[in-house]
Amino acid sequence: MSDILLEMKHIQKFFPGVHALDNACLDVRYGEVHALIGENGAGKSTLMKVLNGIYKKDGGEIIYKGEEIELSGPLDAQKRGIGMIHQELNLMPHLTVAENIYIGKEPMFGGVFLDQKKANQAAKELLASMHLDIDPTLPVKKLTVAKQQMIEIAKALNNNSELFVMDEPTSPLTDTEIEELFRFIRQLRAAGRSIIYISHRLEELWRISDRITVMRDGQYVGTVNTADVTRQEIISMMVGRVIYEEPKQCSTVPKDSPVVLEAKNLNAPNVKNVSFELRKGEILGFAGLVGAGRTETMRALFGADVRMSGEVLVKGRKVEIHSPSDAVKNGIGYLSEDRKAFGIATGLSVRDNCVMADLKNYCAGPIMNDKKIDAIATEYISKISIKTPSLRQLVRNLSGGNQQKIVIAKWLIKKCDVLIFDEPTRGIDVGAKSEIYKLMNKLVEDGKSIIMISSEMPELLRMSDRIIVMSEGAITGELDICDATQTSVMTFATMNM
Amino acid sequence: MTAKKFDITKLLAPMVLVILYGFFSVFGNNFFSTDYLINILDGSYYIGFMAIGVTFVIITGGIDLSLGTTMMCAALLGGMAYNSWHWPMGWCLALVLVVATLIGLLNGIMVAYMGLPPFIATLGTQMMGMGFGAIATKVQTMRYPTFGTADGWFKNFFYKTTTGFPIGVVWLAAFFIIALIILNKTRFGRYTYAIGSNAEAARLSGIQTKPWLAGVYTFCGFCCGAAGVFYAAVYTSIIPSTGNGQELLGIAGVVIGGTSMSGGTGTLVGTIIGVFVMSVLKQGLMSIGLQSHWQTFFTGLVVIGAVLLDQYRVKQGNKVVR
Repeated sequence: MSDILLEMKHIQKFFPGVHALDNACLDVRYGEVHALIGENGAGKSTLMKVLNGIYKKDGGEIIYKGEEIELSGPLDAQKRGIGMIHQELNLMPHLTVAENIYIGKEPMFGGVFLDQKKANQAAKELLASMHLDIDPTLPVKKLTVAKQQMIEIAKALNNNSELFVMDEPTSPLTDTEIEELFRFIRQLRAAGRSIIYISHRLEELWRISDRITVMRDGQYVGTVNTADVTRQEIISMMVGRVIYEEPKQCSTVPKDSPVVLEAKNLNAPNVKNVSFELRKGEILGFAGLVGAGRTETMRALFGADVRMSGEVLVKGRKVEIHSPSDAVKNGIGYLSEDRKAFGIATGLSVRDNCVMADLKNYCAGPIMNDKKIDAIATEYISKISIKTPSLRQLVRNLSGGNQQKIVIAKWLIKKCDVLIFDEPTRGIDVGAKSEIYKLMNKLVEDGKSIIMISSEMPELLRMSDRIIVMSEGAITGELDICDATQTSVMTFATMNM
Repeated sequence: MTAKKFDITKLLAPMVLVILYGFFSVFGNNFFSTDYLINILDGSYYIGFMAIGVTFVIITGGIDLSLGTTMMCAALLGGMAYNSWHWPMGWCLALVLVVATLIGLLNGIMVAYMGLPPFIATLGTQMMGMGFGAIATKVQTMRYPTFGTADGWFKNFFYKTTTGFPIGVVWLAAFFIIALIILNKTRFGRYTYAIGSNAEAARLSGIQTKPWLAGVYTFCGFCCGAAGVFYAAVYTSIIPSTGNGQELLGIAGVVIGGTSMSGGTGTLVGTIIGVFVMSVLKQGLMSIGLQSHWQTFFTGLVVIGAVLLDQYRVKQGNKVVR
């Protein structure tokens, strides 16, 4: 018997307009923790969805326990012993712990009736074997995220899973909870089970993984023994050929450029006393780890969430922002990290989306002025080069990059001077990314001002004039681009923790 | 770990019922009497059966708007089997159950397999059921046998015994207990909650969610059939093109009972209390001399109050245990 549990060879996957996986490879041995890393959009999650049968592969082969398999769906994968611990946990919040663990294979008596006692007892024993003290009769929604994650693992364990896929398991966890999780992962490994471990937190890899596979732009880069490499080597594997331009050397924004937006002592859930200034023609980067409170800050500023205290000044004048419409009236546009949910109406056409925020000015009374709408939409389609076959194309059929441009067009048409970009290039492939960057640079040249939240360090270093770093809801540092390095940003980003 | 603290909000619905009953007993004309109690019971049989069925549907996060017309359509066809085709009484009642169950199955297939939104699918069957009942009977009122006639036994069997005992309440109680067991003690019930709580998670857990979901709607259809039998037993005459609006009474009962329209939670005990709250309200308002429109008005008020209460309860319930 070979020591290889799983081998994924030359996996191909196409989405409309995107070659998501191009020759992706991965091999996992029995009893190892195998880290799978890469930047956002490198194809890790897509590869795991192929492994879980959620996506059908368009090419390549999957060899599991020595034989080639075709996965028909998540159920099939589960039956073969592949257990997924999803990033967004897949539990039924209203059901109890035991009910969740034994869903689909409930202990019965008399063939008809559920044996709740037995389920609770078995769940208790299972959890005890994991050294977990959780009451199996508690509804899952009453548990912390960390414990819910443990329930997911318990469920997979109960399915006799041999391969556990953990997608960013530590991102919602606190330090002690992470320690607990790692202890448990080691326990699984000692029992001969294998774990595919996906994480953005590089420093974790040396604490938990045996080998590392790096992916970039949907392609396989290489597999290394964790003990043999340094962090720097891994980073250069991840970034690889230089697809990003060099970091900005120095800001060209004059120091006395007028302040267009000022936030004073903002307080909101996960936002602690945040104050900052944004100058005209500037790109202000917001750095921090997931959950640092950057999005919450911007949403509070924009009026999307309740702000508990603090002031917002636009061009030196104090303004009352209680709702997004107040913010828009004051010339602030917000581009959400979740485009589909908040940015665009996918079922509407390009032209309708373009004028969505400013429809009032494109109407004669209650009647829409189609000519005027077509004219402005055409203007902006060429201005920011949106690739669309027609004005009436439904936005859902456009690529991510073009969708993002439409959101930008929407705010420009509304004549917003301050644009808040929350993860502007998430889910956009490399080519379209650099176009978005170009567009952002052009916008600030034209006198707009941009706040950019980003989790991608190269993006921050390349685009920003200044970087504000947040951690645990508070600003921990501010760096001029001349002084900013990955290390200095990371140092601030991990403060307070 | 958590100490099992008793949740006071659970007592609110029964308390409302007791308070209402007390209120009308004091202020109503002769409300605290066997006559009124029997009236309260009589009016709640058919609503009770519908409400029990639709509780399951609502727990899955769905809705069934066809309750009322399904009940009526089935009862009309049963009546036609009796009057025009001269089937034996027992067969006619069986037909009522079968017709309603089939309509429920149709709902289930549309929602679970064809992916129609439950609101739309059951709105469709609501109208189809009403139309079909009228077409089949040529818009003739169907009369079931009355007390003392040849086949009047069925009224004594389901409605009132020859001694005047409201036997219907025994049937409703028995069915309630069976439904309680199904919902809480069987796989069917567990998956009803699972689908409503997180259908995708249920599917990824290896549950064939489609047949179970279709089963829930079918069960609801059967409950409407049972409601039809009791409606016939109590009211004797079934008028075509009615039944529209009855579904809202069933749904209101469920909502007053604290079942959340967003699915995943809900109890049958709450539902049955909700049904009786409406029934007490109706008879009580009558006893203090207010017309039936007042009943509609106050039922609306109670529904809104119940949902507000539910929202509060959900907020409390979502607090995380450390």
